[in-house]
Amino acid sequence: MSTKVKKMLFILSKATIENAYAAFVMANGARMEGIESEIFFTFFGLEAIQKKKLDHLHVATVGNPAMHMPTMLGGLPGVEALATKMMKKEMEKLDMPPIGEFLEILSDSGCKLWACKLAVDMFHLERKDLIDELDGILTIGDFYSRADVENCQLLFI
Amino acid sequence: MKKLIANREIEVNEEGYLTNFSQWDKNIGEELAKEQSIDMTDRHWEAIDFIHEKFKKEEPLSIRGIKKSGVLDIKEFYSLFPGGPLKKATLIAGIPKPKSCI
Repeated sequence: MSTKVKKMLFILSKATIENAYAAFVMANGARMEGIESEIFFTFFGLEAIQKKKLDHLHVATVGNPAMHMPTMLGGLPGVEALATKMMKKEMEKLDMPPIGEFLEILSDSGCKLWACKLAVDMFHLERKDLIDELDGILTIGDFYSRADVENCQLLFI
Repeated sequence: MKKLIANREIEVNEEGYLTNFSQWDKNIGEELAKEQSIDMTDRHWEAIDFIHEKFKKEEPLSIRGIKKSGVLDIKEFYSLFPGGPLKKATLIAGIPKPKSCI
């Protein structure tokens, strides 16, 4: 029942739904097993913690061979929105929470949420643009210093 | 396999979860909680009651379900059963470990 992993650190650099959920499910799953977890949102990953954008994340239909549709088709107007709608429906069936609620659950579960300072500056964002649950804005060095226990793993998504 | 809990022989699996819920009672729950270093309070029992309700209705348990329960919130759930609340609460409640990833 016990695991040797004590802490999981995730870096989320992309804002497609599938990547955001991968990070969230793994971070939440860690907490459920009694493992510490933290997520560092950088570059496009920041979209997942911007109040105005987090409800509008999309599935990538272009450049994603697992979608099994021609790239040209995936680029047509409305295709990405349709694919996203279908995926959200399937996720709701499995009782997977929407992004905003998932972030609340993560925060309540003790998962720390951090924004990358460099990316925040680059996208000209301010603290008020980001979710209230955010624990702070860190440099990558600050984030590395969060790896302060033995058996800590860092994952880039 | 059999395990002696609160002076009774109880059927459990290799992870220590009861395999026959009808053998469960509050003494068993109390004893299982002690093994997890948890001292049961009224709030713990309210959480266990909620879990039993879900189990009897055959509804899956999840952290999101706790949030919607109206009985306790996620923060309290984690503080009542530290180190894996769903795993520990279901063990104490005498029901199978949830298969949920969320």
